[in-house]
Amino acid sequence: MTQTNTIRVLVAKPGLDGHDRGAKVIARALRDAGMEVIYTGLRQTPEQIVEAAIQEDVDAIGLSILSGAHNFLFPKVVELLKKEGADDILVIGGGVIPDEDIPGLKEAGIAEIFTPGTPTSRIVEFIKENVKH
Amino acid sequence: MDLIQSVLNGEKRGIAKMITLIEKNAPEAIEALKQIYQHTGKAAIIGITGPPGSGKSSLVNQLTKKIRSEDKKVGIIAIDPTSPFTGGALLGDRIRMQELALDQGVFIRSMGSRGALGGLSRASYDAAKVLDAAGMDYVIIETVGVGQSEIDIVKLADIVALVLIPGMGDEVQAIKAGVMEIGDVFVVNKADKDGANRVVTEIEMMLDLNTEKDAARPPVIKTIATTGEGIDELNEHIKKYWHQIANSNELAKRRKERIRSELISITEDHILNQILSDKSSKIDSMVKDIYEKKIDPYSAMELLIAPEK
Ligand SMILES: Nc1nc2c(ncn2[C@@H]2O[C@H](COP(=O)(O)OP(=O)(O)OP(=O)(O)O)[C@@H](O)[C@H]2O)c(=O)[nH]1
Ligand SMILES: [Mg+2]
Repeated sequence: MTQTNTIRVLVAKPGLDGHDRGAKVIARALRDAGMEVIYTGLRQTPEQIVEAAIQEDVDAIGLSILSGAHNFLFPKVVELLKKEGADDILVIGGGVIPDEDIPGLKEAGIAEIFTPGTPTSRIVEFIKENVKH
Repeated sequence: MDLIQSVLNGEKRGIAKMITLIEKNAPEAIEALKQIYQHTGKAAIIGITGPPGSGKSSLVNQLTKKIRSEDKKVGIIAIDPTSPFTGGALLGDRIRMQELALDQGVFIRSMGSRGALGGLSRASYDAAKVLDAAGMDYVIIETVGVGQSEIDIVKLADIVALVLIPGMGDEVQAIKAGVMEIGDVFVVNKADKDGANRVVTEIEMMLDLNTEKDAARPPVIKTIATTGEGIDELNEHIKKYWHQIANSNELAKRRKERIRSELISITEDHILNQILSDKSSKIDSMVKDIYEKKIDPYSAMELLIAPEK
C-alpha cells in the first residue's frame, strides 16, 4: 500500500487578545502547502493546546499571539509537552514579539519565531524542513 | 505490542498514534487493527451530517456534554474535506468543542477526508474502531454533507442524525433522493431563527411520504446548539433509538452490511494494489499497445489479472 506523510499542524491562539486574522492567514497558507491544519480558535490555555496536540498527534504547533504574554505562554506549552513526553513536536511562534525576547524564547525550546511581515512561504519551508517524520 | 495495550487501556497517546498509523496507511496499522478487532463492537456509533455551517460541531459539543453528565465516555471524529488539489485541509471543528478539550473522558480527532473522492475514507472507519476498542461508550462522527459523504456515513454509523437549518429555502425539497432515507433522527438546528417550524413541517411531510405504513416515522427535533436547547430531547431520542435497534435484529443487520462492504472494499484495494505494484511496467507497455490498437482494454485487463504462469 502507498504510504502518505501529510504533515499535521495545530494552529493555536493562546492568550486573551480577541482577534485571529493572522492565525487564520497562516492556517490557510499551510493548508495550501498541502498540510492538515487543525485550528482550535481563540483564547486557548497552554493545557488545552497541549492536550489537543496530543490527541491530534500533530507534527508541529504554531502559536500566534498579540497580547504580549508570549514570554510566559510559549515556554509553558513547551514545558507541558515535555511533561507529557511529547516534546518531539516542533513548536513555532508568531505575532508581535520584540526582537530582544526572541533569544530567550528559543532558549526555552521554541524552534523559531516569525514576526509580522514574514512571508508565509518561509514558515511553510521551516516546518517542512524541521518536523520529525 | 505496547501500542495495542495502550489503546486498550484507553490511553490518549496510544489512541492518537494508532490513528496516525492508520491515516498514513502504514503496514503496522493493519497488524494493529487485527489485534484490536476482538475488542470492538461495544460503542454506539453516531453519525452527524448536514450542510456546511449548519451547527454540527456545536451540536456534537452539546451532545457530548450531555452524554458526559451520564458518565459515559465519548470519542469524536470530525471530518472535513481535503483539497483535491493540494492534499491539505483546514480542520476547524475543534473551535466549537473547546469546552471538551480537557475532559479526560473525551477524545477528539480531526481528520481530512484525504483520498476518498467526496466520500469517507476507510481511515475514518478504522479510527472509529480504535476509539471503540479504547473503551468509548459513544463514537460520534461529524461529516459535512456534500454529496457522497452524506450517504457514506450510513456505512459507518449505527445511528445517523441529519442536521438541517431554517433559511435553506426550498432545500428540503431539493435534498437529493437517497439522502432523506439515511436519517434516523432529524435535527432542525438554529431554531432561534425564523422559519424553523416551517422546516420541521416540511421534513415531517416528506417523511410521511417516504416512511412505510407500519414503520415509525423518524423524530424531528428542534435545537439551538449555541445554548443547548433541545439537546436533552435529542439525547433521549438517540438513546431510545439505540435501544430499539440493539434489542431487535436491526443493529446486527446494519453492522453485517457494513462488514460486507468493508470486506469487499479491502479485498478490492488489496488486489488492485498488488497488481499496480507487481505489474506496473506491464501496465505501461499495455497502455502503449492499447493506444496503438494492438489490443483492446478488456483483453488487456484479462491478461493483467490472470495469474502468472
Ligand atoms: N443562531 C444560531 N447559531 C448557531 C447555532 N448552532 C450553531 N450556530 C453557529 O453557526 C456557526 C457554525 O457552527 P458549527 O458548529 O461550526 O457548524 P458546522 O456544521 O460544524 O460547520 P462545518 O463543520 O464548517 O460544516 C457558528 O458560528 C455557530 O456559533 C444555533 O442553534 N443558532
Ligand atoms: Mg463542524
